[in-house]
Amino acid sequence: MANEVILLDFWPSMFGMRTRIALREKGVEFEYRDEDLWNKSPLLLETNPVHKKVPVLIHNSKPVCESTIQVQYIDEVWSDKNPILPSDPYQRAQARFWVDFIDEKMYDAQRKVWGTKGEEQETGKKEFIELLKTLESELGDKTYFGGDDFGYVDIGLIGFYSWFHAYEKYGNLNIESECPKLIAWAKTCMQRESVAKSLPDSEKVIEFVTEIRKKFMIE
Amino acid sequence: MANSTILLDYWPSMFCMRARVALREKGVEFEAREEDLANKSPLLLQSNPIHKKVPVLIHNGKPVCESLNVVQYVDEAWSDKNPFFPSDPYGKAQARFWGDFVDKKFSDAQFKIWGKKGEEQAAGVKEFIEAVKILEAELGDKPYFGGDTFGYVDIALITFYSWFGAYEKFGNFSIEAESPKLIAWAKRCMEKESVSKSLPDQEKIVAYAAEFRKNNL
Repeated sequence: MANEVILLDFWPSMFGMRTRIALREKGVEFEYRDEDLWNKSPLLLETNPVHKKVPVLIHNSKPVCESTIQVQYIDEVWSDKNPILPSDPYQRAQARFWVDFIDEKMYDAQRKVWGTKGEEQETGKKEFIELLKTLESELGDKTYFGGDDFGYVDIGLIGFYSWFHAYEKYGNLNIESECPKLIAWAKTCMQRESVAKSLPDSEKVIEFVTEIRKKFMIE
Repeated sequence: MANSTILLDYWPSMFCMRARVALREKGVEFEAREEDLANKSPLLLQSNPIHKKVPVLIHNGKPVCESLNVVQYVDEAWSDKNPFFPSDPYGKAQARFWGDFVDKKFSDAQFKIWGKKGEEQAAGVKEFIEAVKILEAELGDKPYFGGDTFGYVDIALITFYSWFGAYEKFGNFSIEAESPKLIAWAKRCMEKESVSKSLPDQEKIVAYAAEFRKNNL
């Protein structure tokens, strides 16, 4: 079973996208399996019994759960090319801090933008734009969050970009006018094959969100 | 500021305790500065502008925030002794997973027990016991979560032990009855100087929690 890599994933998941990008950055061959989250596979339930969530990375039959942990694992196993985390302890701590920030704040805020209405949505929109501005300010004039090289924080954030048109449509937002530098950063990232191949089309995400909104009657 | 290590700290915080344990495990001399969270110091606000929270480790003038991030940083900056992680990537991933579990499930549940009442508190007790059982299963028959040596997951979790008295008093249940193995593990950790020096007495925490409940509930 030399180097068998399976990824249990869900195509619109911005978390799954992180792992896809990391594997592609390292040139790792992997088998992608899309899960039906309303009918989870026995393999998913067996490999992530604690959280029962995607993505799950199964490397030579051993499961690794949680997207940020998977990205770090991939960086350490396939350490010969395209380092994802910096080598300096302080820079690594900074990178982890920003991905923690994204994990703590982004998901809930973006969820409110497309998944709620009225006052809750307005609050969500405000929080979301504030978050993007904080990230944009951290990016500054650098090409990537890590500096000259694409890395951990870029991977942590870029998946959300595939959802931007959905946020704009349902949140009635113009993200580029609020955060032009962040959009420029995103477009730079999208030029990398690992990213372009790992993110779904914005149109597909909009279709998905439309369906979810109908399903949960958010109109 | 060559080789200065400052910890912006708060004595009852189980998150701050993690940083203390980590630094002591590595034998690092550090200056702990107690913060008044109702009146945060300019240094705290400047070194953690995003969250404005403790702990903050300031090493040679450079701040590191978020307790588990601090623990990992301490492990990497003082890599010559007492490694917190196994050397293989899979072992590291497992350790990070369980540290994350403590932060995600265990932490929220324990807060409800001492910080809430009524139904919310009861839900907290239930979630806490569930999390304890999952952790106990993960520990198995190992002396520490890391195996034979005290490590990252032990550091992430042991600090909550100082709050066990408060959980039992306000949640009205016995943690030892639910999980004797976890208590045995905790007592084993407490035999380490890095741990016993870094955790306050359980009675002090009970008094702290009682005060909180009086003022907030």
